[in-house]
Amino acid sequence: MTQLVQILIGGLATGAIYALIAIGFTLLWQTSQTINFAQGEFVMLPAFFVLITMSSGLPFWVAALIGVVVSALVLGVFFKKALIDPMLRHGVLPLAIATMALSIFLKESVKSFYSAEAQPFPALVPARDLHLGPVTVSLQDIATLAIAILAVALLQWFLAGTRTGRAMQATAQNPTVARILGVPVERMILLTFVINGAMVALASLLITPVYLAKFSNGDTLGLAAFIAAIVGGFNQVRGAIVGGLLLGVAENLAATYVSAQYRGALPLIILIVVILIRPQGLVGRAEERSV
Amino acid sequence: MRHGIGAGAAALLWLGTAQAMAQEPIKIVDVAELSGGGATVGTNFKNGADLAVDEINAKGGILGHKIEITHYDTQSNAGVARGLVQKAIDSEPYVIFGPGYSGSVKAVAPLFQQAQITDIMGGEAAELTKFGNPYIFRTSFGQQSSMPKVARYLHDEVKAQTVALEWVNNDFGKGGRDEITKALGEFGVKIVADISSEQGQADFSSDVAKIKAASPDAVFVYLNEDESARFLKEAQKQTLGKPLIGETTLLGQKVIDLAGSAADGVRGHIGLTTDAPVPAVQEFRRRFEARFHYVPDHNGIKGYLAPYMVKAATEKMGKLDREHLADALHGLTITPDKEPGILMEATWDKNGDIDRQSFLAEVEGGKQTIIKILPKLSK
Repeated sequence: MTQLVQILIGGLATGAIYALIAIGFTLLWQTSQTINFAQGEFVMLPAFFVLITMSSGLPFWVAALIGVVVSALVLGVFFKKALIDPMLRHGVLPLAIATMALSIFLKESVKSFYSAEAQPFPALVPARDLHLGPVTVSLQDIATLAIAILAVALLQWFLAGTRTGRAMQATAQNPTVARILGVPVERMILLTFVINGAMVALASLLITPVYLAKFSNGDTLGLAAFIAAIVGGFNQVRGAIVGGLLLGVAENLAATYVSAQYRGALPLIILIVVILIRPQGLVGRAEERSV
Repeated sequence: MRHGIGAGAAALLWLGTAQAMAQEPIKIVDVAELSGGGATVGTNFKNGADLAVDEINAKGGILGHKIEITHYDTQSNAGVARGLVQKAIDSEPYVIFGPGYSGSVKAVAPLFQQAQITDIMGGEAAELTKFGNPYIFRTSFGQQSSMPKVARYLHDEVKAQTVALEWVNNDFGKGGRDEITKALGEFGVKIVADISSEQGQADFSSDVAKIKAASPDAVFVYLNEDESARFLKEAQKQTLGKPLIGETTLLGQKVIDLAGSAADGVRGHIGLTTDAPVPAVQEFRRRFEARFHYVPDHNGIKGYLAPYMVKAATEKMGKLDREHLADALHGLTITPDKEPGILMEATWDKNGDIDRQSFLAEVEGGKQTIIKILPKLSK
C-alpha cells in the first residue's frame, strides 16, 4: 500500500510537469494554430539559461528568476516575432516543419556551444522525507505537485478572472469576432507565447534536478507533453492537465508493475486507444465545421 | 657527365622518398561516444587520448613518427559506430581506438577481424573478449574479472545476505548483471530484486520504490554515468537507506559531480581511478585538469593509456608493423619504469584482457577515497 501511494504521488508529480508543458502546447494551438514541435527543447533550454547565469556568480534563486524572464522573452516574444509571424502566413504545415527544424537547431546548439555531457542542476527544495501517517513520501515530489498546481491555478484564475485573460480566451475561440469587438488580438497572441515561455521555464526548474541538464532532455519531454495534450484534449487547457496527470501516473504504474521497458509503451498505447475511440481527447471538445 | 647527373638525381630522389617515409605520421582513428547518452564516456576517452598523443609527439613520436589522431562521433549509437569504424578502416590507420560502449564494440568487432586491424577499446562487457577475436584489447577490466571482487566485498565486508540489482538494459549492463549474479551465487547471497532500466532513462522513481519494497541488505548498482547519477539522486529523494555498492562507473568523478551529496556513502570496486594513491596517476590527473579544466574519470585514463600501449608494442617490434601490432600486444607486460605513460604495471593476455592492480573505494564529501589496494591477479 505504501509503495502504491509513493508511486502515485511520484507519478502525479511527473504528470504535473507534463501538464505544464502540455498546457503551453494547447494554448499556442488555440490562439495561433501553432503546433510547436520544439516544445520539448523549450523545456530543456531554460535550465541552461540558469546555469549560464549561475556561472557568473549569482545565487540559484536569482538565476532562476532571470532564467524565467529570459525564457519568456526568447522563447515567447522572439520565437513569435522571428519564426511564427513569418511562417504562419504559409499555413500550419510549413509552420510545424519550421518548429521541427527549430527543435534540431536548439538541441545541436546546446550540444555544440555548451556541452554534450549532462550537468548537475540544483533542486528547488532539499531531498527529504515527509511522513503522512503510515506513508512516507518525498518532499520534492510534494513540492513539485504543489508548485505545478499553484501555477495552473494562477493561470486558470488569470484566464477566467481577469479582463486580459477573457480577451485571450475570446481570441482563442474566434479571433475575427474578437477583433471586431475591439480585442487587441495580436497582443493577446503575443501574450500567449510569453505565458508559454514562462510555463516551460517553470517546468524546466522542476524537472531538471531529476533529469540533469542535458541537450537531449527535450526528446522525451516533448513527446510526453504532446501525447498528454492529445489524450486530454488539444483544444482544452483542462484536457492538457488531465492528460499530463494521467500520463505521469500511467508511466509510473507501468514501470513498477509491468517493467521499465513498458514505461514508454503504455502512454503510446493510451494515445492509440484515445485516438480510435475519442479523437477529441478525454475532456476535449469535438470540433465540427458546417459545409 | 650525363651519367653523373642521372645518378645524382636518383640519389636525391631516393633520399627524399626515404625522408618522407621516415616522417610519415602514424594515423590513429578514435571512434567515440562524443554525444548522446555516452558523451561523458567518449569525451573523457578522447581528451585522455589527445593528452597522451601530444606528450608522445612532444618527445619525438613513436620511432620517430608523429601521431595524427582523428575522432569520430558515434552518437552513442551502435549502428552509427559500425559505419564510422568502416570509414576509419577505409582510411588505413595504424590502429583504431574505441568505441567505449560495449554494445557498439560488439557491433564493430567483426570489422576489425576482417580488416586485421588492432582495436584498443573501453568496453567492459565480459563477452567482448570471448569471441576469439585476436584484434580486440581492453583498457580496463572485463566484468568477469571485476564482478567476483565486488561479490566478495558484498559478502565479506558489507555482510549482505540479500542484494537488489539495478542494471541498465544494454550489453554493458546485461553482462555485468550476469557476472554478478553468478559471483553472488557462489557466496550464497540471495538476489531479492532484479531491476533493469533503459539506457537514457531519466525517471528512477519506480525502480527505487521497488527496491525499497524488496528490503535488501545492499543494492548493487550497474548503470551508465548519467543514469547512475539520476538513480543516486532518486535514492536520496526517497531515502532508500541501504548500502549502495557499485563498480568503477558508479564511483566515477562525473557521477559524483552530477549526483552531488547523493553520491556520499557509495562504495565499490574500482579498476581505474584518478584518486589512486599512485604518483603517476596523480601526475596524470594534474596534467589533465590543467589542460581540460575538470577532473577526469576512469574513461580519461583509458583514453590516455591507449596511445602508450601502441607506443610500447611498436617499440617492442622495433618498426611500424600494423599487421603484427596485435601479436606484439598479446602477452605484453608494460611497466611504468620503462614506459611512464602506462601509469601502473599492466599485462595483456592472449584474449586481450588486462591484468592490473585495482582498488576498493568509498565516496565521502564529493570525493572518492581509496580504502584498499588489490594486487594484480597474477601476483
